[in-house]
Amino acid sequence: MQAIADDVFKALADPTRRALFERLARDGEQTVHALTDRAGVSQPAVSKHLGVLKHAKLVRYRREGRETHYNAQPQALAPLVDWMSLYGTFWRDRFDQLENLLKRMDK
Amino acid sequence: MTNTTPTRTLVIEREVPHPPEKIWRALTQSPLIEEWLMKNDFQPVVGHRFSFRATPVPNWNGVVDCEVLVVEPNSRLSYSWGSMGMESVVAWTLTPTKDGTHVRMEQSGFRSEEDANYKGARYGWQKFIGGLEQVVARID
Repeated sequence: MQAIADDVFKALADPTRRALFERLARDGEQTVHALTDRAGVSQPAVSKHLGVLKHAKLVRYRREGRETHYNAQPQALAPLVDWMSLYGTFWRDRFDQLENLLKRMDK
Repeated sequence: MTNTTPTRTLVIEREVPHPPEKIWRALTQSPLIEEWLMKNDFQPVVGHRFSFRATPVPNWNGVVDCEVLVVEPNSRLSYSWGSMGMESVVAWTLTPTKDGTHVRMEQSGFRSEEDANYKGARYGWQKFIGGLEQVVARID
């Protein structure tokens, strides 16, 4: 779980990769060529970034003829979402404990 | 995947029947902080670096690295909060009310520590978290 979370966080720490992922999530499946046309970086660079996203399971691909089509796998964001919601639970629990302490401080 | 919606700012507010001065003590005296939050070497001094330490659990080493950012006695307290590869800011605001105090805790500015070190990043983690809400909204 931690290993997967690390991969997700690292993959999305890069702005170019985030942009690629967001485009796939927003616009649906696209070929490497289509992604490259709008990425502002070379095709080998795009492929390398897609490889990192794929390693984090954030994207999947399928080959069709000579083209490779990529898909976003937004459910792979789960570690990130869990991480955020974890803090909500954490603080609510601590607030309860803070209130208990305040009561005890009354002596 | 759960149904929880991620937010870029976490806010928790409560009305408590105690005066701000007393809550301030609970927020700023190290042994008292430990009673409700975590073991710590906190000091109410701007610029003081300290850490919170909890029992490690799966997915978390139990360490939070912090720096005191704001100390306004009985009113405002803020420290940076670095943990699990993410950097954020925790800010406490105490507002007196008729029957006690309104306590507000805001944790904001979530960004990866890599981004935090990357000055001039135009496309920050925060923006990503914002976009994430839309992406996650489409997940079953």
